[in-house]
Order: sequence, then structure tokens, then C-alpha cells
Amino acid sequence: MGMYMIRRIVFAIPLLWAISLLTFVLINLSPMDPAVVVLQAQGVPVITDELIARTQQQLGLDQPFLVRYIHWMADCLQLNFGNSYITGQSVWLLLGPALVNTLRLTLVSAVSIIIVSVVLGVICALQAGRLLDRSMRMLAFILTAVPSYGLAALLIWYFSVRLDWLPTSGMESYRSYILPVLIITISYAGLYFRNVRSSMLSNLNKDYVLYGRASGLPERTITLHILRNSLQVAVSIFCMAIPIILGSTVVVENVFAWPGLGSLSVRAILSRDFPVIQAYVLILAVSFVIFNAISDMINAAINPKLRNGL
Amino acid sequence: MNILEVDQLNIKDTHTGKVIVDNVSFELRQGRCLAIVGESGSGKSLTCRAIMRLNPSSLHQTGRILFRETDLNALSAREMRNMRGRPIGMIMQNGMSAFDPSCVVGVHFRETLGEHYGWSRSVIDAMMQEAMQSVMLNQPAQLMNRYPHELSGGMLQRMMIALTLVLKPDIIIADEPTTALDTLSQQEVMAQFIHLRRTLGSSMIFISHDLGAVRHIADDVLIMKSGQIIERGETGQLFTAPRHDYTRQLLSARLTLSDHFRQLINEE
Ligand SMILES: Nc1ncnc2c1ncn2[C@@H]1O[C@H](COP(=O)(O)OP(=O)(O)OP(=O)(O)O)[C@@H](O)[C@H]1O
Ligand SMILES: [Mg+2]
Repeated sequence: MGMYMIRRIVFAIPLLWAISLLTFVLINLSPMDPAVVVLQAQGVPVITDELIARTQQQLGLDQPFLVRYIHWMADCLQLNFGNSYITGQSVWLLLGPALVNTLRLTLVSAVSIIIVSVVLGVICALQAGRLLDRSMRMLAFILTAVPSYGLAALLIWYFSVRLDWLPTSGMESYRSYILPVLIITISYAGLYFRNVRSSMLSNLNKDYVLYGRASGLPERTITLHILRNSLQVAVSIFCMAIPIILGSTVVVENVFAWPGLGSLSVRAILSRDFPVIQAYVLILAVSFVIFNAISDMINAAINPKLRNGL
Repeated sequence: MNILEVDQLNIKDTHTGKVIVDNVSFELRQGRCLAIVGESGSGKSLTCRAIMRLNPSSLHQTGRILFRETDLNALSAREMRNMRGRPIGMIMQNGMSAFDPSCVVGVHFRETLGEHYGWSRSVIDAMMQEAMQSVMLNQPAQLMNRYPHELSGGMLQRMMIALTLVLKPDIIIADEPTTALDTLSQQEVMAQFIHLRRTLGSSMIFISHDLGAVRHIADDVLIMKSGQIIERGETGQLFTAPRHDYTRQLLSARLTLSDHFRQLINEE
């Protein structure tokens, strides 16, 4: 198992490198000259070619592509993502607190999604085909189809404006979490509980379940075996869900003015603050790779067959 | 004396209304081995699972299944569960898929024996290791800690036989226990089946396509075709003087097959 983890981590390194290269290339393809962005942000009235050239030199933009990439990479490895073009602040100081806020929202939502989908998935699988199962799936289908900003507007209007129970925005107390987490849970649990349900169902007809019954094992024990095998699929899906939620908090964060990465990145994109955008994309990509590796490791821990696979 | 009497067993698919097993009656005599032979889809597996009441709920079964004096078909789910494993045991066709793939095989033995006898782990391990050695599995202690995918089909089949040896059921139901194996392991597993019968003296229902194996182990034979029993009799008699056309066909199919092989070998 230890060897497996080391191998898994080593395998992630080239992927991380490829992602960093891709991020850098894509950002550099943008038609907007960063020097112009900086000058505009500083409120320079007339932007001359000479000024642009000087700013480019200051930012190191006059150097060849490869040199700039290597510099950027070396800086990134030390968590130094440069300074914002707009405010001049260190990107890390901007992103750090926002990342923490987003991670909080993401983790609370992920826990809520996991609990809701496992509980609903197991109940629906055990009741498969009956009324409860069918109505749950129908409801989930409808709720998943509603766009989250529409749902957010509806819930804010009802719980915050009409009933005045919950805050409309910000991140003051645990009550600020309720609506955003609810909305993220509704948009994702509908999907993931189907996964849990169908993998439970596909296990119900397996031979080992029949042999367990034929050996006289109690239903309780058999259900635990089924759950153990079904959750393998679910665990990897859940781990992959975390970076997906991380990226998709953009909508919810903007609706609720949550001081997180999502709000920050939208502002950065609108003002073409390249260092911030680069860092945001990189952080998301890295979290995808990390959570993917974690999900593989958890899976290997539960599923002995995978351990020798890599 | 009959240990099991199946009386007018009828199995119907409630979704399609199709009758899959059609009023089948037969009996298993104490200490004998009854083979069920028939083409694929003739309802052999469903009949055996009906005895243990293990068919999915979409299949509705009627009729009486008398085990000693009790009608299994009339028992509550809980009472039926107590019948499974110890009084009536089962050996599956494919050892590879019969054990939970995410647990070492020892887990199944401990859960099963713990459930039926309430033994401690060390007692179970000692009993299982002895039984495994008697079915020619070496280093049983290590084998108990292996995952199913780390073992061969023949080994897993013998492990099921070993568990049955410890459980000592009155009736053993084996559904094509050698079909998934290569010829060599087939012979090994068959040898262990004969050993199992000799040791326990249990009655057995043995489903197989392999008429050679049937001839070797069974005392009585049932021939099934599309959900009905079309011929029955003692093994020797049925093999030498089949009455029904279909039986003759089955037997000659086997002969022509082996003729074909002989021809192939001679040509080489
Ligand atoms: N769960 C089920 N629901 C409906 N029909 C089924 C079900 N299981 C099996 N059948 C049908 O019942 C018939 C008998 O199946 P069964 O498995 O008993 O055949 P078998 O004689 O054991 O064949 P084989 O030699 O291939 O194992 C088949 O036609 C099959 O399609
Ligand atoms: Mg069958």
C-alpha cells in the first residue's frame, strides 16, 4: 500500500507539469497586452508605445516565452504567483484567504452531498421500483435540472426576504452556510445519489450475495458487504466531485457575495488581471490532480484488486 | 426414506406471466445423490434455488417442498434463513465470483460459521484449516488471508467444499460446480466431491452438463427440458437404457462429441 501511494504521487508529477504549461500558454494567447492592462489600471491617461515598452520590460514581458515560463514555474513552486496587475498586491495574499473561504464552503457542501446521496441511494436501492424510489428519482431529476442561480433567487426570496430567517449574503456565522450549501447539495446530490443507487443495485444480483444468503448469513451482514462494494464507485466519484464543486462555486459565491475564489476569479477575469487568473486556474487544476490521486488511493485501500494495477 | 420431497413445484415470472418451471415433482432419498441434467435454460438452477427460496421476488413459486416434515415453502423468511447453510448447503458454479471481492476469503468462513455455531475466531480458523487440508489445499492459514482474485477457480471451489465439510449440511446442492474449471481442476474438484459425500454421508443434488461426472457420482438422474422433468431413473439404468428420445439425444450427443475428439486425435 505504501508503494502504491508513492507510485501514485510520482505519476501525478508529469501531469501537474503539463497543466502548468497549458495554463501558461493559454493565458499568453490572450489578445490583450498585459502591459496595457497595467497601465489602464494605473489610470494613465495616454498610453504611448514607449510606455508600453517600458512596462513590458518591468514585468519581464520582453523576454522570450520559454524564459518567462521557467521564471513563472520557479516562482509558482515557491507559492509566489506574482503581483496583481490591478491592485499591485501579492496574488498569494489575495488568493490565500479566498481559497480558504471557498474550501470551507466546498468541504461543508461535499459532506452534505455525501451524506444525502449515500442515505438516499441506499434507501432507494432497497426500495427499488417502489413508489418511494420512483418519486425520489423524479424529484431529483427536476431539482437537478433547475439552474442553481434560479434556485438561489427563489430560496433567498423565501427564507431571507419573506421569512427573514437567513442572511442574504456574506459569511458571518454558520447560518450564512445554510443556503449556499443547500443549493450546491441540491444541484449535485441528485446526480450522485443515482450513482450510489445504481451501484448498489448492480451488486444486489452478484453471485457473492447469493452465496452469502445460501450460507445463511443475516441480511444485515449481506447489506454491509453490498455497501462496501458499492461505495467503491461512490468514493471515487465523491473525491472527483470536490474539485468540481470547488470550480462551480463561482455561481453560488457571486449570488451570495461569498468572499471566495469564485467571486475573486470573476473580478479578475473582468479586469484581465492575468496573474490572478493564472493562479486560479492552476489551483483548480492542481486540486483536480490531488483529489484524483486521493480517490485512487482510497479506492485501492478498499479494493485490493486495484493495488497491483498501477 | 426421503429427506426431501418436491411436490408440484411451479415457478412463474410475475412480470411476463411465463411459467418457467412447470409442476415439477421429485424426491431425494436419504444419503443418495440426485443429478439434474438438461439443456441450458431448462430450469435446473431455478429449481434448486427454489428449494432454498433464493430466487428473486419477481419469480413466484408454488407447491410443497418437504424437508423431513417441514414445508420449506411455508416457512417465514426468518425460519427459512435458519435452514440455509447448515441443514441445506449450497456450492456455487463459479468460485471466482462467489466470494465478496473486497474481503479475504476467511471473512466469509468466519461470518458463516460464527452465525451457525457461534464459535470464536480461533476455533473457526482451526476447523477451516483442517478441512482445507483434507481437500488438498496446502498452507491453509495463508489461503484464508487471500483475496478471491488471488486464488484459482479450482482452489475457491475446494474452499467452498471445505466450508461445507465443516458445516455438515444434511443436503448439499451443487449447481454445476465444475463447469467453470479446466479439465485438470475438474478432476481434482470431482475427487473432493466424492470425498465430501463419503465423509459426511449427506444427500446431494448435483447439477451438471458433464454426463461423465454424473455417471461417476450420482445414484439417480432427472432429465429436465423446458421446465419439465421428462425422464428419471437410477443412473446405471438410465445410461444403458434411456427411454425418452431426448435422453438418447443427450447421450449420443456426448458420444458423437467424444468420437469427434477421438477422430481429431487419430488424425494427428
Ligand atoms: N430472474 C429471472 N427472471 C426471469 N426469468 C429467469 C430468471 N432467471 C432465469 N430465468 C429464465 O428461466 C429459465 C431457466 O433458467 P435456469 O437458470 O434455471 O436454467 P438452467 O437449466 O440452470 O440453465 P444453465 O444450464 O444455463 O445454467 C431460463 O429460460 C431463464 O431465461
Ligand atoms: Mg444454471
